Amino acid sequence: MTTAVKAQLAVAAAMFAAAPWVINAAPHEATMGLVYKIYFFHMPAAWMFMVAAIVSGVASARFLFAKRLASDATAVAAAELAVVFGLLALVTGPLWARKAWGVWWVWDARLTSSLMLFLIFVAYLLLRQFGGPGADKLSAGLALFGMANVPFIYVSVNYWRTLHPKTSVVPLWFCVTAFLLLFLALLKMRATLERQRARVDALYLSYDEA
Amino acid sequence: MRYLRLLILATCVALPALATGQPAPSPDEFVPISQIPPEEQIPAINLVAAAYAFVWLALMGYVWSLGRRLQKTETDLARLERKGQ
Repeated sequence: MTTAVKAQLAVAAAMFAAAPWVINAAPHEATMGLVYKIYFFHMPAAWMFMVAAIVSGVASARFLFAKRLASDATAVAAAELAVVFGLLALVTGPLWARKAWGVWWVWDARLTSSLMLFLIFVAYLLLRQFGGPGADKLSAGLALFGMANVPFIYVSVNYWRTLHPKTSVVPLWFCVTAFLLLFLALLKMRATLERQRARVDALYLSYDEA
Repeated sequence: MRYLRLLILATCVALPALATGQPAPSPDEFVPISQIPPEEQIPAINLVAAAYAFVWLALMGYVWSLGRRLQKTETDLARLERKGQ
């Protein structure tokens, strides 16, 4: 782990530790009350979910079309982070919805397309784990489909008038910065892990052939 | 052919009756908070606490798992490189 990654992790951890006080100081939303505070973690998690899907898609495109083998490690790292942040968004969302909508889940455009994106990246990881030879190219194709889904999720609130509120306050940007720093640090760590695994595999292979 | 026509006619007649006989569906879309029975309402603080606890635990668990995997791979790599020298 490099010093820059350690510093990013430390700053993100400090921001996460300070987040409850920053969020507590934010005013209550008029109709939703206290449960609105879930949004300060839910929304940044959902944004990182979409950013991870885009990073994985772009890196996969570079791996497939520009034959840049190093991009494959970034694509795998971002795909795993898409699953992690997607899980956070899909768990915190229903906790908010139960109070705000009266139900845990509705099959509206945003929720359904978010679930689809999450499942695409779960499939990506399963394919990488159990797909055998050629799985890297197949999973890269899957990541491109995942990335294509992101604009639908983003515009779904306005286009299909789904039941998500709009918010723009300082604590939200504080949490977005904390999540972004953590995302960047984790992306670097996970990509390093993938590159080291590739080196270990190559070394094993070279010893087997020798 | 006659039987087929009779079957289609019977289906057309029976369908609306069957549809009206269906039980009321369980709520799967937006329900105003004022219409939720009190026994089904969950205090907001419980939901907020659950959401924040889940995010904290999941992220800490992932960072720990990633650190452990990195450490294991670094050990393997160092061992293999020593073996190669």
